[in-house]
Amino acid sequence: MSTEARGVTKRFGERIALRDVSLSVAEGELLAIIGPNGAGKTTLLSILAGILEPDAGELSRPMREIGWVPQQPAVYGKLSVRENLLLFARLERVADPAAVVERMLAQTGLADRADDELGTLSGGNRQRVNIAVGLLADPPVLLLDEPSSSLDPRQRERLWRFVDGLARENRTAVVFTTHNVAEAERWADRVLVLADGEVVFTGTPAELRTAEHHEERTDFEGAFVRFLRERGH
Amino acid sequence: MRWLLLKDLQILRRSKLLVGLLVVYPIAIALLIGLALSRGPDKPAVAFLNQVPLGQAVTNVGGEEIDFSRYADEIFEAVDPVRVKTRAEAIEKVESGAALAALIIPPDVVDRLNGGLGQAEIEVLYNGDALKQSYVQATIDSQLARANAALSAKIRDVAVEDLAVLTDGGEIHTPIGSHDLLGLRTAKEILAATLAELPADAPVRAGIERVDDFAGQALIGLGFATPALRAVSAPIQVETTVLSGSRTPLDAYAVALAVAVSLLLVSVLLAAGVLALEREEQAYGRLVRGLVAKTTLLAEKIALAAGCSALVGLAMLCGIGAFTGVDWSRFGLWIAALAAGALGCSALGVAIGALAREVRAASLLGLLLALPLAFLALVPSGAVAGGLYDVVRVVNAAFPFKPTLQALDAAVNGAEPGLWGSVAHLLALTAAFAALARLALRRFTA
Repeated sequence: MSTEARGVTKRFGERIALRDVSLSVAEGELLAIIGPNGAGKTTLLSILAGILEPDAGELSRPMREIGWVPQQPAVYGKLSVRENLLLFARLERVADPAAVVERMLAQTGLADRADDELGTLSGGNRQRVNIAVGLLADPPVLLLDEPSSSLDPRQRERLWRFVDGLARENRTAVVFTTHNVAEAERWADRVLVLADGEVVFTGTPAELRTAEHHEERTDFEGAFVRFLRERGH
Repeated sequence: MRWLLLKDLQILRRSKLLVGLLVVYPIAIALLIGLALSRGPDKPAVAFLNQVPLGQAVTNVGGEEIDFSRYADEIFEAVDPVRVKTRAEAIEKVESGAALAALIIPPDVVDRLNGGLGQAEIEVLYNGDALKQSYVQATIDSQLARANAALSAKIRDVAVEDLAVLTDGGEIHTPIGSHDLLGLRTAKEILAATLAELPADAPVRAGIERVDDFAGQALIGLGFATPALRAVSAPIQVETTVLSGSRTPLDAYAVALAVAVSLLLVSVLLAAGVLALEREEQAYGRLVRGLVAKTTLLAEKIALAAGCSALVGLAMLCGIGAFTGVDWSRFGLWIAALAAGALGCSALGVAIGALAREVRAASLLGLLLALPLAFLALVPSGAVAGGLYDVVRVVNAAFPFKPTLQALDAAVNGAEPGLWGSVAHLLALTAAFAALARLALRRFTA
């Protein structure tokens, strides 16, 4: 198992954001965390990333072995693509920062924009740099928080192909949150449905369709919404 | 930490507008202050109408000619006179703004001074805004006081001479001519000699004795009159002793103040801005997720802002020094004061930056705090009620601006209470505000 969380609970004052959440993701697997607004998706990802401390529960991997890609590109607009990657490679203390940066530029297809200031790039390219920073230390697990939320359809397609390649070719375990359940159906090997801080479903997208008992089965998003409604969410 | 520092310097190098403001603003202030201090204030233009007829400004007091126009020159030392011919023209000059005030000398001023018709009066007309009016009024009042003092000293001298003639005898000059006076002392001697020769039962003896007695009493009385006259012309002399606080002249203090204000603004705005930038760029969460300790991040921001603002402060001091007579042998002390002040103000800046999510909010907070701090540091004791001044002192001690000003004043001008106490105060404030910033960062997860 690449990483695992067991019995994670998180409270913000009186409100329970996550209640006894457990999940696991295997090497080379794509796990999508989906759920309505306020379900606790970003909180769960932040705990897996080590940004938030859980009030209860255990994590199998330390923070330094997990790559994290926040929803908004967490990079510097006044630095070039190469300078951003070099900065974070040095801060990650990778063995040969310059070589790692060149490899990452090639892998993300950003070599021809390497010397451009990040602020001049499109949203899609900025997100690619954002993901590249998360991959600099070659982590076995990569967490992506709504990575496609600000991208147009063409950029989304390119992003997901890149992420899919990471899982299939690099055997990286990828956990991502999304509001776009169609993306989850298309790219995830498994989905974890969170509602009101609780896991209400874990399984493949096909199993989620099966778990929803409506006779008129149209699309995955419709099935997801009805699934939640049947369980009172 | 060095990679973060390098990154911030790269970002600063590419933020041309920000760096331009940070460099140009203090240099402009330094040049303005330097020029202002080296040239001194311009004389205000004052319309001047002298209605005293030509040749009648000279009068005779006790046989000595006094030219009253010479006393008008006292006023012209401090104002730029715009000579006019009529009262209407004087009013027009003031109303049009060509002159800030008008000074009108009426035709009977000499007669009044000379003939005992009462106090001589001159007329002053003002216009313009309150600040200028206050400045001109203070200038004219002070110069009139000097002229009054000079004139009364002259009249006193003549009166003292006349008293001496009255006592000891001699020539006295009056508007109706010169007379040779016997003098009270000689008169008393003659009376005493006459009384000695008179028989004891002479019928005139009683009358002569009364006159002799009067002459004696008059001599005693006039003996007190001379020092009394001298005292009246300058009844109070001022002897100044500074018991505590700064003895720095105002222009030298202005140098320390200008540098301290720039140091405060650059340190606070830069430190608050670069820390808030980490969150505005969303990089904060990534950095503190195991890459950089929060304390290291704060130390880097303090070092960056302190280094930049100390350099700007040093450039300002050197710039002002080129215009004014600062003591260059104290250069080492300048560095110590600048470093301590920059550290204190930068620590305040990161505490502000730790509270804000955006650079704009951090900058606004920084300005909102920095400007009142600079204002409060200049409130002198006695200007406000005692209790309120105690509050001002506490606020000044709790923030780094006043200690920075004191450190710079001590380093540049050798002012009390000395440099090292202020440096220690600033280092303590640096630690306190850094700790406060570290606490404030706990609010943020990313």
